[in-house]
Amino acid sequence: MKQQIYRFFLASCFLLIADSSTLAASALPTQQKQSSYELMSPENRVMQDDPSLNPAMFWVSEGESLWNVKSGEKRVACSSCHGDAKKSMRGVATQFPKVIQGKLQTLEGQINQCRVARQGAPVLPYENKELLSLTVFVANQSKGMTISIKETATNKADLEKGRRWFNERMGQLNLSCAQCHEDRAGLKLGGSSIPQGHPNAYPIYRLEWQTLGSLQRRLRNCMSGVRAQQFEYGSPEMAQLELFLMWRANGLPIETPGVRP
Amino acid sequence: MSKTSRTSITMPSTAKKGSIIEIRAIAQHDMESGFRYTESGKLIPRDIIHVFTCSYNNVEIFKADFFSGIGANPLIIFTTIATETGTLEFKWVGDDGYEAINQARITVS
Repeated sequence: MKQQIYRFFLASCFLLIADSSTLAASALPTQQKQSSYELMSPENRVMQDDPSLNPAMFWVSEGESLWNVKSGEKRVACSSCHGDAKKSMRGVATQFPKVIQGKLQTLEGQINQCRVARQGAPVLPYENKELLSLTVFVANQSKGMTISIKETATNKADLEKGRRWFNERMGQLNLSCAQCHEDRAGLKLGGSSIPQGHPNAYPIYRLEWQTLGSLQRRLRNCMSGVRAQQFEYGSPEMAQLELFLMWRANGLPIETPGVRP
Repeated sequence: MSKTSRTSITMPSTAKKGSIIEIRAIAQHDMESGFRYTESGKLIPRDIIHVFTCSYNNVEIFKADFFSGIGANPLIIFTTIATETGTLEFKWVGDDGYEAINQARITVS
């Protein structure tokens, strides 16, 4: 009898998993979307909200200085073309990744594109301090504004691929992003709450990292967690996944620079 | 870590004589513990801030020793009594010639 019950339980478990994985990820209604800020301890929330406590503000100030520094062979600063970032960069982060001249660009990718084409400066690798500073400074100009990624004819193909990366099982643990962050969001993994996985506060100061890090670093964390081959930094797959995640988070306000445990 | 880095002080710019004021001092620093290894197995040398001091009109009023267990970008929150108008000087000293200095003015009435 006991065994039978156990078997039934096991079978229903499998059914549950099989069932949930067939659900294609779709965007939740805005009022049901939850920033992982809501899952943090009161102390960590204060740390994010108070600029005198948020360590990421160092990177924001660094980015502000870099914005005005003439660099590269052409000796031009970001401000030479874009002027005051408070005006010109306002709302920019709510629309990235974005297809520009036929290529899907992340915010980091676009900063690098500008460096090479306009400044004659070398490409900065991901997680480089300067690149993180510039990215967080630009994204900070959109703080409080809502993410607004529209599906268009130009980004449709990339968005579909991103959706696929989100729903496709990967790695030795054979898990997809959706299985945790969609089907089991709000439940626990170990002792921690599983967030919905919205990229609305990046780059983030992650206490575990003891430093600022990009969305791609965070995504690579999860990929290594499920024992999968990680997407390369700056790869088209990463950009597509970022695009899908941003589209999925439409309507949530940007919190950059976020603090996360 | 570079020879110096960004620091930030948060404290009131005015206070009543005899009142308790809160001071927040944060420094941007990796605080490399000296216990970690690179992927190729080489020990990463220790690189931390050792001492933080605060002087109020050139009188030392607060001092803290930091060790390897302290996390990156250390934040210190402490209080003092607003005794007189003047300058508070904050100093962080660490490994490999690291030094950072910051100042803040206070008007006591």
